[in-house]
Amino acid sequence: MEYVSIFLKSAFIENMVLAYFLGMCSYLAVSKSVKTAFGLGLAVIFVLGITMPINWLINTYLLADGVVIAGVDLSFLRFIIFIAVIASMVQLVEMIIEKFSPSLYNSLGIFLPLITVNCAILGGSLFMVSRSYGFGMSVTYGLGSGFGWFLAIIAIAAIREKLRYSDVPPALRGLGMAFILTGLMGIAFMSLMGIDPSAY
Amino acid sequence: MAETSLETQAAEKPAVVEKEPLFGKKERRLLTDPLDDNNPITVQVLGICSALAVTTLVIPSVVISVAVVFVCAFANLIISVLRNRIPNQVRMIVQLVVIATLVTVVELVLKALDYGVYKQLSVFIGLIITNCIVMGRLEAFAMANKPWKAFLDGIGNGLGYGLILILVSVFREVFGKGSFAGFKIIGASPEYLIDTASISWLGWYSNNNLMVLPAAAMFLIGIFIWIQRARNPKLVDIS
Repeated sequence: MEYVSIFLKSAFIENMVLAYFLGMCSYLAVSKSVKTAFGLGLAVIFVLGITMPINWLINTYLLADGVVIAGVDLSFLRFIIFIAVIASMVQLVEMIIEKFSPSLYNSLGIFLPLITVNCAILGGSLFMVSRSYGFGMSVTYGLGSGFGWFLAIIAIAAIREKLRYSDVPPALRGLGMAFILTGLMGIAFMSLMGIDPSAY
Repeated sequence: MAETSLETQAAEKPAVVEKEPLFGKKERRLLTDPLDDNNPITVQVLGICSALAVTTLVIPSVVISVAVVFVCAFANLIISVLRNRIPNQVRMIVQLVVIATLVTVVELVLKALDYGVYKQLSVFIGLIITNCIVMGRLEAFAMANKPWKAFLDGIGNGLGYGLILILVSVFREVFGKGSFAGFKIIGASPEYLIDTASISWLGWYSNNNLMVLPAAAMFLIGIFIWIQRARNPKLVDIS
């Protein structure tokens, strides 16, 4: 039950994109069509779901105070090690996608390597540390927040596909409108804040 | 690690300078293009997360901008010097280690110089690592260009990023909190420069709480993009 509530909370109430505005760069740039958004969304779920438990294990068994050598606190290495784990996982995903779906690989372009610097992923790992989740909870949190990111990018991609038929001022078309829409979606998602799924 | 690699570049730089003009027209364009026509935030769509998080106040935005200029310039320089020796498969990890090292340097310097601002910013300084501008420019420019050009490109993009960041933060602080860089300008008590409580015809004015929410940064950047593209129709994309 606890896991369900963490999943719901990370996917909807504390949505990475719409509540914390993390991972915006790839979110805005790759949301022109639902198809590419779908591919990138799945890649983000995968990377978040994998890196979160790995980072949890490293953080608990290597970096915590006095685990390796008594009295030595290695937590200052946290940033570099987390980012190295994330980078290697992204490189793995890049190789898999290039092998199995070259068309998706080409349409994602530079934004595939940029998943590494998708703040949602490093942010997720850092949230996990600061909220001191356990192993199972960190897996759930990773999948949940990845799912939330996936939902958000699909939603904006669908809206932007429909927007092609509406009469937007030329200078505001595309990127400008995407910014304003995200702001509106963020305000809409703020109404979910304060709901506590574990209470039901 | 950063120290030693910086020294090796200092030795290498003059060789490049002799071959090409130090600051010709091309070099100047590298600096000025990112300020407007090729702005990292409004045109390249890179580095938006921190743009939202930091911009409620002016001073943190200025500090972050300076930090990004520094990190961007030197990461470009280092990667550009190493570009022919980095195997393609591990290039992202190499780039991130360079960025993370530079960010750690920034963090330690800021901690020593101004502990108050450091306390206020610590999380966001760390998030420069995941700022897509730095890595985006490494991938797009430094991997294919000579060190001196890459260095200028880093400075230019850092400045273009800082420009938008500071503009957004000025709007958000003045209209959201009624102050500018901590100096109180407008509000309903005597400590403000313009005291709306004592001036009768200004009684309707109150600070706009929407401006403090992250959504306001989205709206502001959206409006900047609108203005920029209305001025320069070349930038309009159809999608």
